[in-house]
Amino acid sequence: MNPTMPAVSTMPDAVFALTLALLLLAPLAIAGVALINAGLGRSRSAAQALLGNVAIVAVTAIVFALVGSAFAGCLPGGAGHSFQLAGKPWNWLGAGPFLLGGMGAAPAQSQLALIFEFLAVALAALLPWGSGADRWRLAAGCATAAVLAAVVFPLAAHWIWGGGWLAQLGVNFSLGSGFIDAGGAGTVHVLGGLSAMTVIWIAGPRRGKFPKEGFSTAMPGHNAAYVLFGCLVSLVGWMAWNVAGAILWVNAPLAALPLTSINTVLSASTALAATFTVTHVRFGKPDASLCANGWMAGLVASSGCAALVSPIVSLFVGLIAGIATPLLVELFELALSVDDPSGAISVHAAAGIWGLLAAGLFNPKPGQFVAQMIGIATLLGIFLPLVYLLFWLLNRVVPFRVDPDGERIGMDLHELGGGAYPEFVIHRDESYR
Amino acid sequence: MKYAGLLVMPAGFFLSIAAIVLFAEPMQRSVFVACGLAVEALGLAVAVRGHMLARGEIRP
Repeated sequence: MNPTMPAVSTMPDAVFALTLALLLLAPLAIAGVALINAGLGRSRSAAQALLGNVAIVAVTAIVFALVGSAFAGCLPGGAGHSFQLAGKPWNWLGAGPFLLGGMGAAPAQSQLALIFEFLAVALAALLPWGSGADRWRLAAGCATAAVLAAVVFPLAAHWIWGGGWLAQLGVNFSLGSGFIDAGGAGTVHVLGGLSAMTVIWIAGPRRGKFPKEGFSTAMPGHNAAYVLFGCLVSLVGWMAWNVAGAILWVNAPLAALPLTSINTVLSASTALAATFTVTHVRFGKPDASLCANGWMAGLVASSGCAALVSPIVSLFVGLIAGIATPLLVELFELALSVDDPSGAISVHAAAGIWGLLAAGLFNPKPGQFVAQMIGIATLLGIFLPLVYLLFWLLNRVVPFRVDPDGERIGMDLHELGGGAYPEFVIHRDESYR
Repeated sequence: MKYAGLLVMPAGFFLSIAAIVLFAEPMQRSVFVACGLAVEALGLAVAVRGHMLARGEIRP
């Protein structure tokens, strides 16, 4: 438990009930991301994409309950594993009970924190799934979700939310309030976005995406309606998510919660307006999928700072996220040959980093910006190489990429034996031109 | 080259940690932490460059 939290037993019943209600709404964020993941892939992989989303949520729940929650240390248990460096304690691993032992007797706030982490690990593991669309095997997706839930996410959650060394930067080194990540911008989105990058690196691009001659092949998502409806569903989940995070991780008073909620909407709204304008200027018409990416980037950026900043700052944060997202998507695809169908690297990793930076940039506490920079340095410098190593090893055991024939006929037929839209006529295979 | 970039990134992280352990002055800390992030950015750029595929190449 974060030492900056108030005594757990002092959580009033009304706050407990409110937080629990918010956490029951928060899975809508997961549902929205799942819809977006499915809609941005091809029609011949739609059923596999949505089944993968559900399976990943299931796998992360089981693995996090069995193993990960102990390392995250969200339930009261041991004091955590620490070492001494420069006369300061560095708490690096939680020591909670395995198999959720003693959950019923745990304080109310610990139980709520556990629910939050269950949702957070599911969302973090979903992000790579969208990036590996149309070529990533279901078994490999579930295996990576298990690795994230057992090892990677618990470390990040403990360091940032569970009283680990990043949370204690304020106490030990006078760096503001320590690394602040109220809505999971780092723990969920940067971690998930960086995991998506490693999956893309290891699995490679879809066949025909980068042909020998000419530009990269456009492979638009098969259902813009899914994608845009997913954006609206996500908004509900995100508002609940950010407000619950503000209560649990930064002890926001009840009077501050409406502002957190409004900041979330403002950030997404300006991000959408900015992306709409940028794509209109660049292409002559607004691009639906990029606008959806911009909206999501605004939500992700708000996760880093909505609980801490004013509405004007939220507008600015959303504006920058909305301008940067379509440009980054284009940069990754055209200049860097990164085939990311869901845009998770731009939408989640980059916007998450921007949200975390904004939380320090617009915070008057001395040292807060440095604390935020150290948190970002940790996510990039420790978690990206760690995830790459684990996924690289996993790829030797459970190959990520489907065989060429499976990619040609589509993941639905290859892995499930039937398509999502059996009455549709399968159209020409443009990837084998 | 792609692995070299990923190996450079933890070096940037340790530079950032060294900054808060070794320096008490806020400006020195900020500059050193920023340097650590710059090293990480360099490592990331090398890793991205190393993973770029030649046109038409498919990773098995």
